[in-house]
Amino acid sequence: MSASAAGAPPARPADTFPGLLLRHARERGNRTAIREKDLGIWLGWTWAQVADEVRAIACGLAARGFQRGSTLAVIGDNRPHLYWSMMAAQCLGGIPVPMYQDAIATEMRFVLDNAEIAFAVVEDQEQVDKLLEVLPDTPRLAHIVYSDPRGMRHYTQAQVLSFASLQEAGRAFDRDHPGFFDGEVAKGRPDDIAVMLYTSGTTGNPKGVCHSHASLMSAAAGDVAFDRFDDRDEVLSYLPMAWVGDHLFSYAQALVAGFCVNCPESSETVMTDLREIGPTYYFAPPRVFENLLTQVMIRMEDASAPKRAMFHRCMAVARRCGSKIMDGRAAEVPLGDRLKYALGDALVFGPLRNVLGMSRLRVAYTGGAAIGPDLFEFYRSIGINLKQLYGQTETSVYVCKQPDGQVKLETVGTPLPGVEIRIADNGEVQVKTPGMLKEYFRRPDATAESITPDGWFMTGDAGFLDADGHLKIIDRAKDVGRLADGTLFAPAYLENKLKFFPHIKEAVAFGHGRDRAVAFVNIDLGSVGNWAERRGIAYSGYTDLAQQDAVYALVQECIEQVNRDLAGDAQLGGSQISRFLVLHKELDADDGELTRTRKVRRGFIAERYATLVDALFDGRSHCEIDAEIKFEDGRTGRIRADLKIRDVKTVPVAPARKAA
Amino acid sequence: MAPQRHIGDVMLSLEHISLAFGGVKALTDIGFDVRDGEIRAIIGPNGAGKSSMLNIINGVYQPTEGRIVFEGREYRRMDPHRAASMGIARTFQNIALFKGMSVLDNIMTGRNLKMRSGLLAQALYVGPNRREELVHREKVEHIIDFLQIESVRKTPVGRLPYGVQKRVELARALAAEPRLLLLDEPMAGMNLEEKQDMCRFILDVNDEFGTTIVLIEHDMGVVMDISDRVVVLDYGRKIGDGPPDEVRSNQAVVDAYLGVAH
Repeated sequence: MSASAAGAPPARPADTFPGLLLRHARERGNRTAIREKDLGIWLGWTWAQVADEVRAIACGLAARGFQRGSTLAVIGDNRPHLYWSMMAAQCLGGIPVPMYQDAIATEMRFVLDNAEIAFAVVEDQEQVDKLLEVLPDTPRLAHIVYSDPRGMRHYTQAQVLSFASLQEAGRAFDRDHPGFFDGEVAKGRPDDIAVMLYTSGTTGNPKGVCHSHASLMSAAAGDVAFDRFDDRDEVLSYLPMAWVGDHLFSYAQALVAGFCVNCPESSETVMTDLREIGPTYYFAPPRVFENLLTQVMIRMEDASAPKRAMFHRCMAVARRCGSKIMDGRAAEVPLGDRLKYALGDALVFGPLRNVLGMSRLRVAYTGGAAIGPDLFEFYRSIGINLKQLYGQTETSVYVCKQPDGQVKLETVGTPLPGVEIRIADNGEVQVKTPGMLKEYFRRPDATAESITPDGWFMTGDAGFLDADGHLKIIDRAKDVGRLADGTLFAPAYLENKLKFFPHIKEAVAFGHGRDRAVAFVNIDLGSVGNWAERRGIAYSGYTDLAQQDAVYALVQECIEQVNRDLAGDAQLGGSQISRFLVLHKELDADDGELTRTRKVRRGFIAERYATLVDALFDGRSHCEIDAEIKFEDGRTGRIRADLKIRDVKTVPVAPARKAA
Repeated sequence: MAPQRHIGDVMLSLEHISLAFGGVKALTDIGFDVRDGEIRAIIGPNGAGKSSMLNIINGVYQPTEGRIVFEGREYRRMDPHRAASMGIARTFQNIALFKGMSVLDNIMTGRNLKMRSGLLAQALYVGPNRREELVHREKVEHIIDFLQIESVRKTPVGRLPYGVQKRVELARALAAEPRLLLLDEPMAGMNLEEKQDMCRFILDVNDEFGTTIVLIEHDMGVVMDISDRVVVLDYGRKIGDGPPDEVRSNQAVVDAYLGVAH
């Protein structure tokens, strides 16, 4: 994209993020750039004000010795100050390293050490405490800047300082060194490293993915053009800042398009904030859409009978024709249905979109995991343009997106402009994209392992392009295994099918090299709890509920449904789940069972619960488990349970069976 | 991190307090004081007279004997309204919130004593009253932020879990900007995590606002962790008084709690 500076001073072309910031400050200085809800009121900052704040932060950092190439840890919920700090680091030619705010201190130590971090900007006392805890092991860390002063009065450590004093020092430094800031911004080059995002890593230590300004900006510009975003769009930034998705949607795209980013009051108020802001563009992983739908359904079940009847009748119409109308194929829908849909829109869908905070939504995306058919269909049928995208940290999430009107449930869309895709011999998807990472930080070995000599990034996903050129992903290439008899076994495929049931929160399938497939299941406490309440089943908590016979029967029904579906698939039909158990505790990232992005770590779980896995395969009807759990405050405890194991009916694979 | 808290002079002192309901002697000749800025706990087994003691401090009960000295002024009797206007606020053992009202409205009622405009002006929300209400709302929002209950701001209190209701009650007491805060079993019926949160909030209130706190609590662990000095009551008599460590090793206290062969 080309820069067209309207102001008098001939500025550098806006080919870096700081350049974009200054351009917006010139061109749309009075438009709101970012909002935050504080003390119940939405406060806004214009682009000009943001540029001013960033300047003060950058100068404050410089005054303390932040230089080109220095790294800056950014830890906390989505807050304007933290986004500004990332901009400030980039202005000085430094590299912001956003980190997961819910990581425990020891997990932070690795990144702090690996990225050689001397400067950290954090949200509050909680994060300061974590950093102080690892300080003895990370002697480089010399400056900890906090934004929320609550509880910070008695901290006397030399490393700790408030955001206000950093900015004050910055303004003084700026007065004493006029021209310093602009000079530093002007030194920035598009191929400088703009940000380092650590991948959560299902195995081994996290790796720092380095993106240049150029790669992130071209990915963001591609997205902006694809969905025609402009400076009137609004997003709610509520996903972890350390995650590439948030960095792209709330930072890179916002700076490229000049749209407004809204920071929620707290992580618990996101739903309310969403409704108040009414974003025009929204991204959420499937589980967020799922939680929303579960809440809607639970509240509908509690509604009065006439309302419930109206809801269900209208939803039946929406299921029949909503998606077609959404795809612009209204002509295929009979007039009667179109009228009924319009009535439904007035009575149910419109108000429902409003309650969900999606009235103004132009486009919504989901990705990162498979989305259930019912779920996907639900949102599209009530008039929300929900689409899927595909990409990873290393490709700036710029690989595939579903174009308007060509949305298919089981695929992730067509390659975006500038992206090339090929399928390797082992079924792995490989891509070339403008959003390609520059390198893994200080890991030339990992860089070489992920990028082929001819420049293709190896995604590690198994998939194929269908007849219309849409990409379909089945599983991680390395996870696709075979049962002892050679039947194809794609665990994530099975797990996803199970997780599509509202009662099942997580599932972990095992079977590679074994004679059959089995699964661990986590029930969804909200949904199953509600179900149990309706039937007068008493329970004292998760562990108790999970082991009730009625709950086992409920889960068994779900698995048998999956088995029936699988029976129709010639390739995967043989990997039906024959036995299962419901785990006594919810899988948790604090115990290392899930990644911070909530993907199951199958290998770790198999090791940790080896006795349970063995019991599933050796035919026992129950198995005892005694395992350590970690509480949120870092303490540990033990939990002991006797878990039931159940057999499930499998269905013979019906159609002409071909050797898989 | 050792906070350098400022504990000042005696703010409240209770001298020779006795309380009888007919022939039942609830409290007998009890005397202790509360210093400005400290966290003072009253502990004791069931029926020891702990709640009665709080009720005497904020004027719900009149002592049959003894006197109360609050900030240098002596009172034979206190009444609840006067106590409130002098800066004494409290929470109750059984939650006493307006169940049908939102969290926000419940906390706003805590500002009632600070409101100047009359009922009619408040109802109309015009002119000076509008400005006044905005000021009060801002104070309330600070408290909501402080106690981290933003997500339930507009939720009717009756729909909230017990632990959160307790927090709302604390918020309402804080809204009166008290100098002395009386907490009657703030952690009763809570699970471990809720208790930890509540402890944190009590310490934070004391630290950030310098509020003096008198609290009643059953959970010995909690009391010993957060209070500066502890009074121990048993059968309406004072059997111990001092810093937690001293009280813990006091034989009379151990006997009262563990029971002793008579």
